[in-house]
Amino acid sequence: MRSRRFPIVQRRAAAALALFVAAMLALPFFVNGYIVSVLVVVLFAAYFGQAWNIVTGFAGQLSLGHALYVGLGAYISAALFTHYGVPPWIGMLAGVVIAALVGGIIAALSFRFRVGGVYFALLTIAFAEFTRILFDHFNWVGAASGLFLPVSSLARTDVLLLRGSPVMFYYLLLGLTLGALALCHDLLRRRIGYYWQAIREDEEAAQALGIDVFRYKVAAMALSAAMTSVGGAFLAFYENNLYPDTVFAVGRSIEIITAPIIGGLGTLFGPILGAVVLTTLGEAMTSLSSGFTVNGLKQWCYGAALLLIVALQPAGLWPWLRARLGLGAVRR
Amino acid sequence: MKHRLNRRQFGLGVAATGAIVVAPGPIRAVQAATPIKIGSLLPRSGYEALIGQGCQRSVEVAKKLLPDMGYAFEIIDADTESKPEVARTQAEKLIREGANILVGAFDSGQTFAIAQVAEQNGVPFVINIGSDPAITEQGYKFVFRNFPTSIMLGTNGLSRFNDLFKATGATPKTAVLMHVNDTFGQSMLKGINALMPKLNLPFEIVETIAYDPQAKDLSIEVAKAKAAKADIHMVVTRLNDAILMTREMVKQRYEPMGVISPGSPGMYQTQFLKVLGKYAEYAITNVPWLDPRQQFAQTFEAAFKKAYPDEICDIDAGFTFEGILICADAHKRAGSTKAEALVEALKATNIKDRVMLGGAIAFNEKGQNVNLPSAGVQNRNGKPTVVLPAENAELKPVFPVPGWSRRG
Amino acid sequence: MLYLNIIIAGLLTGAVYGLMALGLSVIFGVIRIVNFAHGEMMVVGMYAAYLIAVNTGLDPVAALPLVTAGLFLLGYALQRGLINRYIARPEHEQFLLLLAIATIITASLLMGFGPDARSVPLDYAYDSFQLGPLLLDKVRVLAAVGAVLGVVALWGFFRLTRTGKAIRACADNQVGAQVVGLDIKRLYAVTFGLGAACVGAAGCLMLLLIDVQPYIATDYTLLAFIIVILGGLGSMPGALLGGALVGVTEALSGFAVDPSLKSAFSFALLILVLLVRPQGLLGRA
Repeated sequence: MRSRRFPIVQRRAAAALALFVAAMLALPFFVNGYIVSVLVVVLFAAYFGQAWNIVTGFAGQLSLGHALYVGLGAYISAALFTHYGVPPWIGMLAGVVIAALVGGIIAALSFRFRVGGVYFALLTIAFAEFTRILFDHFNWVGAASGLFLPVSSLARTDVLLLRGSPVMFYYLLLGLTLGALALCHDLLRRRIGYYWQAIREDEEAAQALGIDVFRYKVAAMALSAAMTSVGGAFLAFYENNLYPDTVFAVGRSIEIITAPIIGGLGTLFGPILGAVVLTTLGEAMTSLSSGFTVNGLKQWCYGAALLLIVALQPAGLWPWLRARLGLGAVRR
Repeated sequence: MKHRLNRRQFGLGVAATGAIVVAPGPIRAVQAATPIKIGSLLPRSGYEALIGQGCQRSVEVAKKLLPDMGYAFEIIDADTESKPEVARTQAEKLIREGANILVGAFDSGQTFAIAQVAEQNGVPFVINIGSDPAITEQGYKFVFRNFPTSIMLGTNGLSRFNDLFKATGATPKTAVLMHVNDTFGQSMLKGINALMPKLNLPFEIVETIAYDPQAKDLSIEVAKAKAAKADIHMVVTRLNDAILMTREMVKQRYEPMGVISPGSPGMYQTQFLKVLGKYAEYAITNVPWLDPRQQFAQTFEAAFKKAYPDEICDIDAGFTFEGILICADAHKRAGSTKAEALVEALKATNIKDRVMLGGAIAFNEKGQNVNLPSAGVQNRNGKPTVVLPAENAELKPVFPVPGWSRRG
Repeated sequence: MLYLNIIIAGLLTGAVYGLMALGLSVIFGVIRIVNFAHGEMMVVGMYAAYLIAVNTGLDPVAALPLVTAGLFLLGYALQRGLINRYIARPEHEQFLLLLAIATIITASLLMGFGPDARSVPLDYAYDSFQLGPLLLDKVRVLAAVGAVLGVVALWGFFRLTRTGKAIRACADNQVGAQVVGLDIKRLYAVTFGLGAACVGAAGCLMLLLIDVQPYIATDYTLLAFIIVILGGLGSMPGALLGGALVGVTEALSGFAVDPSLKSAFSFALLILVLLVRPQGLLGRA
């Protein structure tokens, strides 16, 4: 009988997911433009978080310079579009190739030279910062003056050229996020996923078992970088203006990692939950303090929230929520 | 129980309808008197918080001063947190909260984001401060800017140099240019390089030095500038770097004929004057400024001084105030809060009684006000003072300037 | 001759950087926790010195002992009360904890002091010595002297006092230290306190050179990491060497090439060192 093949917990999880997806699909019809623009921010955070989760959550290599790949994806697709009219979906591919190469090289260099843990994290920051300063002087992409995309009549919705309202971006990003979720789910069930988790838990033991640790770590980084760059391309076409100091900033790298850590590092749904919680918290704070301005209060509450999570639920909110909802963990 | 219209209610209803039909005048007046909701966006937190909070002071003055002049408006304040993403969501939020017109936002990146939201939603947007030329080149119908583009700043600022040399009889032959390496600095640099050959300036730039806007230490840069041995020191700075740079110049005993900015913030700001004291004197910035000859400017400055005695009423204060004035004025002439009417009124803007130097406030077909000349503003007696053009000047310019050691 | 001036200026600034980085090196060398709130602690020290100067007229250098003591207590309490529980936890949790602390510190400073840059008006702020062809900035010389004294004092502490030796024992061999009967928790707390004290002292000296505002912290945390990795984590002379190296590299590259590329050179140097000699120039392999 079917119920033996699909235990109650998995059926419930599938049902919950279906409900979630349906709700997200329907949402723009019920809320106003402001909420949609906030949701777009949530989806960007969720997607970047999922991409980062692969190298840090699954494979256990802490990367603190992921803004590098956001920037590469954004700048390459934007520059190709502005200078040669290359449509973003193709420019995105160029970005993916370059980001995967860069990520792979950084990983390969580091791991070949046995740079791991904290040192590796610092190396990723160094590469991101170096690239930021480089782009500040790179005239083809506008250097520090910034790169502006030509914005055509905004009433038009053109998916091929990624020109359109926040609602269009909402659906595209939703598709991207759900696609990433599906991809991660699949990867975790394959050999590569198990190898990654083994490397994360105990690299030496994994090595001893014959796993080519180097190869899989580099693969994780390359994939993570590639996925991040796709998000970067979307970001470029959504914001329509890019400055190296904001796109490659350390602050952005840190923003990227807070959502998945709060949601639950290494889990599938963690980055999405983290993104929702953080953005809601942020907007709530802005609304609450709109009457009076206490400069810094929002950041203070943000820091306090982070502290609470680290102190009380270091594994993240999703494992706790999942247990509460009875969606259980058949595997992590 | 079914509600049945009784005779008295019917009679009252007829009377009311009759009254409305017969008296359209007062009703229309009521509609015009509906105050316009102005959504004001400024970076009041984040790394631009200092400037944003400064601009907010002007908004507060506008809230008190303008209603007395017959303008009916209500301002909803929003904070962009110095981030374009937040600027975007806050602009959307303001529109949901009923803002009929938006004004902002000091930073070009944030202003661009707001412009897109405004254009998408068909809500007019008046840019009070924001110099990136690209914003008015996008063909937007709803965006208007009352602030010079960096190209205008460069052109107007550079042409004042000739006025300075003519007025004082001193002509430098060489200049070194130090500029901050960010959006603003680079676009100014481009402008300056393009304009130098066209404006017949008597000096040439022998060395150009770019520095990081986050730099905490400018000793190397200033040493390089000193080594160029140029007559004048041209700068494009922001506030903190202007302070650092001047300190280093004093320490390294680097005394050019003068320190002149062709149009950048820093040397006229309150913090600069407070921190550097006597060493801030005689710095010249060529930048739009409040017109000492305009009555309205004096009224505004007096109100500003009364509310904030320790702050300098500078270019940012003036333009922020004019931003609100433009919105309120358009509403008054349009007699409506509808977007189309406001846009038509904005296109026809012609405000003669204004605060900043220049002719009447008016916009060209791209929504840009092209009549915003730069004044020569020199720090004198602890206050930035208009010294050029001569018709509007309060004091005569001093150039070349006294050396550091001879400052009282 | 001009180049000599530049190099000396770089060395002087580098000395203060070195003192700042030293605190980080000490903390990591012993407790093996990466203090991502390092820059923030220095900014706290800077604001403390600023408050003292503004309210009592005391020069930051004179206020140094007070600020150092205060920051020592802060570091001690922080380690004992909060950070201690995270020592054995995974890196990303430690990172997040210190990131949270850093965010709260910066936000509190922003709420308390606002975003304006503050500085202490010094009567000797614009003085410089002329030594032949060299033009030395008085304030920079003073700060550098203070920094070197600070490093020497710390080095003396670790070499000569009982607690210092005990801490070195902990760093060398934690299990052995416990077997011998050392109170690891207390020693860790003392170490963190010392690191914080170091960075507080550096803050007082830094206030002589730059203006303080809440947002400068992250740049200094990064800078401290670059210096410590260059010089070698856990090596005290290494921190000074790293500081000098970074100071001089920035000065020279800024002068000879392009000042806005200064930091790019520092990061390139970091990448090189991490790949070729991750234990740093003076670190133990």
